[in-house]
Amino acid sequence: MSMQAVAGTWSRRHLLDVDELSRADFEALLDRAVALRERRAAGTLGEVAALRGQAVGLAFYEGSTRTRVSFELAARELGATVVNLEVAGSSVPKGESLADTLRTLERTGIGTVVLRHSASGAPYMAARATGLRIVNGGDGTHAHPTQALTDALTLREAIGPLDGRRIAIVGDVAHSRVARSGIHAFTTLGARVMVAGPPAWVGGFGSWRGVEVAASLREALSGADAVMTLRVQLERAAGGGVSSLGQYTADWGLTEERMEWAVPGAVLMHPGPTNEGVELTAELAAGPRSLVGRQVANGVAVRMAVFSSLAS
Amino acid sequence: MGGAFGSQADGAASFVLAGVRVVDPAEGTETVRDLAVVDGRIADPAEGPARDARRIDAAGLVASPGLCDLHAHLREPGGEGSETVESGARAAAHGGFTTVCAMPNTEPPLDEPARVAWVAALGGGTPTRIRVIAAATLGRAGETLTDAGRLASAGAVGFSDDGAAMPTASLARGALLALLPTGLPLIEHAEDPTLSAGTLMRAGPTATRLGLAGWPSSAELTIVERDLALAEETGGRLHLTHLSTAAALEAVRRAKERGVRVTCDVAPHHLALTDAWVAGDRGFAWEEPGPLAADPFDAPIDRDLAYDGSCRVNPPLTTRRDALALLDGVATGTVDAIATDHAPHPAERTAVEFAAAAPGMIGLETALSLGLAAVAAGCLTLPQLLGALSTRPAALIGEERSLQTGAVADLVVFNPTASWLVDRPSLFSRSSNTPLRGRELPGVVRLTLTGGRVTFDDGLGLLR
Repeated sequence: MSMQAVAGTWSRRHLLDVDELSRADFEALLDRAVALRERRAAGTLGEVAALRGQAVGLAFYEGSTRTRVSFELAARELGATVVNLEVAGSSVPKGESLADTLRTLERTGIGTVVLRHSASGAPYMAARATGLRIVNGGDGTHAHPTQALTDALTLREAIGPLDGRRIAIVGDVAHSRVARSGIHAFTTLGARVMVAGPPAWVGGFGSWRGVEVAASLREALSGADAVMTLRVQLERAAGGGVSSLGQYTADWGLTEERMEWAVPGAVLMHPGPTNEGVELTAELAAGPRSLVGRQVANGVAVRMAVFSSLAS
Repeated sequence: MGGAFGSQADGAASFVLAGVRVVDPAEGTETVRDLAVVDGRIADPAEGPARDARRIDAAGLVASPGLCDLHAHLREPGGEGSETVESGARAAAHGGFTTVCAMPNTEPPLDEPARVAWVAALGGGTPTRIRVIAAATLGRAGETLTDAGRLASAGAVGFSDDGAAMPTASLARGALLALLPTGLPLIEHAEDPTLSAGTLMRAGPTATRLGLAGWPSSAELTIVERDLALAEETGGRLHLTHLSTAAALEAVRRAKERGVRVTCDVAPHHLALTDAWVAGDRGFAWEEPGPLAADPFDAPIDRDLAYDGSCRVNPPLTTRRDALALLDGVATGTVDAIATDHAPHPAERTAVEFAAAAPGMIGLETALSLGLAAVAAGCLTLPQLLGALSTRPAALIGEERSLQTGAVADLVVFNPTASWLVDRPSLFSRSSNTPLRGRELPGVVRLTLTGGRVTFDDGLGLLR
């Protein structure tokens, strides 16, 4: 059962979010990621080299390990020259605006920029203000499209097609760009999403088509084929409608035992980095249900697929 | 589109508008007739002097008492790159306003009598009467009340720390009491900063969808309820500016029924635009909702328009339901005035990440047009709209707007159906920050007459 009726409107000029991808766009990107992963393993990526002669800029205004590294590797594997904008050592601390910084990169001959920024919507402004191709590497609490594609691929390979599947997303959904893009991806691919967490962190999501808000972890996990738990931002737990970190773990923390509430064989995802002992146990993160390692490994393949799908 | 500007210092005008639709909001009437002005005063078109005056064919045009804006940021002193009293006055005359109240959150703020008198004097040679709202506290710091008596003597017509509410109930109470002898209102920007801190747009599905922290209605309502209780208890005069929620308006309606001395205004962008504009929707509140307005979760956000910094404003663009309630408040009279909250900013402060954008949009030149769009849609009558834009706000600051023979002629004449393109070079404000930029709006001002002087003329030939 497909929840998404909206036709794909993806121009392939940028990847700002997954909300404009049709189901066919998703399938094509995931298939391409698989093909590129195979070529990478076989050492035959050189025949693709979709980015040969191109320069890709990585403009990360927020810290990141796995996202930045996987974008960088993906671009290099496809033959691009990669330029890392070291924000701390750039003109940014001198007050240069985001648009001006990106225009400067554009004038140096960079054609594509991966932008990570703390302001929701910053990639949209960047796409309008410059002639660059913009790939959203995560904007504020809005979107993280390559993570959603990575998670969709990881899930597809672990549990098969998502049609009619139930996916639970647990934690601080309100402040999560991973959750928002994930919801778009999973519902477009036919899954139903249960979101669960303290009321302050899930409010408003029930009006999203294909999404329900669960009143308890048990309700969220009941019937779930996959569970994604989100990183608890420790500083947010203090003021944002959660009485204590301990209470959060008691109510919403994932353990092996609690995973039994889900369907047999249900899998676990986490966008990383994890707070083990808070949103999930170390045992669970390292256990057989966990797809955390696969998520990271698929990140490079998906980002290669994105780069090579953008219109030149 | 062009137009020429005159000044309040020019000679008094004489002319007859033949066959103009005269709207008298005080009487609630619309009459097509001849309207005569002789030596700057309303005259009887049948009397001798009017028969000698120049006759202008005004068929299809509307004449109304001149518009009065209770809330505009003219940015002088300190923000002259965005606006000056002179440029703001021109924008106002182009928008049909004959009076504009300048807000005090300038750099430095208008918290001393000399500064208030200086800004008022700057207005003297411009097309528009500039009245001044003085700061309610020294430096707008929310600690020590300003000298209300001396500020009133210098020309202040109200007191406000606009940009913020009185930070504590006790200070709001003190201000209401201190202002009693002046007869002037405390003008409150009703927002509890402990509830709105860090927010970027109206709370609701669009905010959830866009990942922008949501401004809850309670941020407005808690201050409104607090101030209403204080006004009731002290007998003080309270004016709530740019109200943006149905709940706050309902609280005001009930307080008025109890006899509390409270008035309020709403901004045109809160009547016409909605929070869906932040996602790129561009439909007016009264129109059939487009996909993004109907269900922001179910449509891709608009790549070309989403997160446009010119849609950031405080209070934030409201929900469609709230906008319709505010329009109803204008129609029923609970809303005393439409005030622009004209907030000019240079492009470099709005063409940035949404969270970095300076809040506010220009409004002096688009207020009448947005109102006329609401009239065309059947949400308001023309007398209701023009009452909220002219006679009713004017009365709140002690100005008359009469169409009786012998009264000083203070008028706007406009074509309600002709449209204009909101963009350079049609805008006379120094700034262009509005999401309406590039859009055609109905309502072309042809003539503005301030205190009997022609201050704006678009093609009627009354300015040489």
